[in-house]
Amino acid sequence: MSATPRLSVRNIRKSFGAHEVLRGISLDAHDGDVISVLGASGSGKSTFLRCINLLETADDGDIVVNGEEITMKTTSHGRSAASRKQLDRIRTNLGMVFQSFNLWSHMTILENIIEGPVHVQKRPRAECVAEAEALLEKVGIADRKDYYPAHLSGGQKQRAAIARSLAMKPKVILFDEPTSALDPELVGEVLRVMRDLAAEKMTMLVVTHEMGFARNVSNRVIFMREGQIDCDGTPQDMFGGKGSPYFQQFIRHMETENDAA
Amino acid sequence: MEIFTLLGFGEKGWGVLILTGMALTLCVTLASLAIGAVIGAIIAAAKLSNRWWARALGTAYTTIFRGVPELLIIYLIYFGGSSAVTAIGQAMGIQGFLGMPSFLAGALAVGLISAAYQAEVYRGAYRAIPKGEIEAASSIGMPPMRCLRRIILPQILRFAIPGLNNVWQLSLKDSALISVTGLAELMRTTQVAAGSTRQYFMFYIVGGLLYLVLTSFSERVFNSAERRSNKSMPRGMGQV
Ligand SMILES: Nc1ncnc2c1ncn2[C@@H]1O[C@H](COP(=O)(O)OP(=O)(O)O)[C@@H](O)[C@H]1O
Ligand SMILES: [Mg+2]
Repeated sequence: MSATPRLSVRNIRKSFGAHEVLRGISLDAHDGDVISVLGASGSGKSTFLRCINLLETADDGDIVVNGEEITMKTTSHGRSAASRKQLDRIRTNLGMVFQSFNLWSHMTILENIIEGPVHVQKRPRAECVAEAEALLEKVGIADRKDYYPAHLSGGQKQRAAIARSLAMKPKVILFDEPTSALDPELVGEVLRVMRDLAAEKMTMLVVTHEMGFARNVSNRVIFMREGQIDCDGTPQDMFGGKGSPYFQQFIRHMETENDAA
Repeated sequence: MEIFTLLGFGEKGWGVLILTGMALTLCVTLASLAIGAVIGAIIAAAKLSNRWWARALGTAYTTIFRGVPELLIIYLIYFGGSSAVTAIGQAMGIQGFLGMPSFLAGALAVGLISAAYQAEVYRGAYRAIPKGEIEAASSIGMPPMRCLRRIILPQILRFAIPGLNNVWQLSLKDSALISVTGLAELMRTTQVAAGSTRQYFMFYIVGGLLYLVLTSFSERVFNSAERRSNKSMPRGMGQV
């Protein structure tokens, strides 16, 4: 593919103290890619996502979003973004959906959604409200717009969080186990929204334990192990037996766990 | 009845003086709350800082002002402040003792004490904000100062209301100690009235009741503020 990747990660490394959590990870996501990131707990999946939008600062490596590289500097305090302004601008292009939703609890759902467009992007409020209402319609919680997050179910909260992320019109959305905190019966409604986004060619990087999503919705599967990409490929190849022995073992383990549940 | 004459608003009555004293108590406590809010916020920020010396300074402040008797702080500010004012006066050629205004000294002293308690309230309130909500703000590119204003401060205020209620009640009672500086607030006025009429029992009971009026009134104000801020909390069914 010759087009500029929406997101390009080059050789990211990250240690917490003496513990090397990410040991050189590279990845390109092109327009419309839906990449599932699988791996055992503790393999560094969250840290990887958090390094992409600099919620954690990688010790080494580059992040390029839509062709623009996040410039870094190293001082006596360690490594950080060279320009907070550039970082914030790039972050508006990088949505993030968290396992624990992280909606702002003192704002209603509508206020949560328009917060970024109005107060970060400085767009006209009326226009943002109209867009927010359309987004809430799309994720199926239009009737909850004046509720506070505390009064919503987990599935509704996560759909609101996805709408909040979409309101910024990001080029890429990072999902960190978006359904792991949900009761099993609420997982489907969130996956449905994500499936719709995939169908609309949103570029997505999704850390998940939902094998159905990885197999049927994503066009690429990455398996992380001990801070590295152990193997990756199309879902057909990966689930068709072409992954590494570790990956085979991992999916067998996931299946027995799902059966037990 | 003599009681009504003494408490009344007539020439021999203490009514006007006592109500003025009550108003002064309210004013000096409000001033100390404001002073304490500013200093308390700075101390809280210091204690939450990742610089060790800022944390050490913050801890020293709260340890000292919560550990030393209130009366000592008031004496220190009033007499210490007055001798500073006197020294400045002498440097400018004014002879003799210059008192520090007792309202200012009192508000400052009670404010400094209140700051130590408010700092703990704000620090606790900050800690109660889920860290993920701040990360969510960063992740959409919200600059740190805007995050402080839009996400952090509104929630600190919400979580701080019950704690501030306690601090306010404490300061209201601390303000009685300012009577030692001669400020004619409620305590001092009650004292003077009791002393000069020798009706100790009656005037101290009236004074006590008036303090209760102040505390129960402010309790109501805080409770209604808390109720309003609770509409976004899990238990209140506040669908606006
Ligand atoms: N802030 C942190 N400080 C220290 N260790 C951390 C921190 N965040 C993650 N880790 C460690 O890094 C490893 C990878 O964590 P994480 O990225 O959360 O894995 P995953 O999301 O795949 O479960 C774990 O061993 C975890 O304990
Ligand atoms: Mg994780």
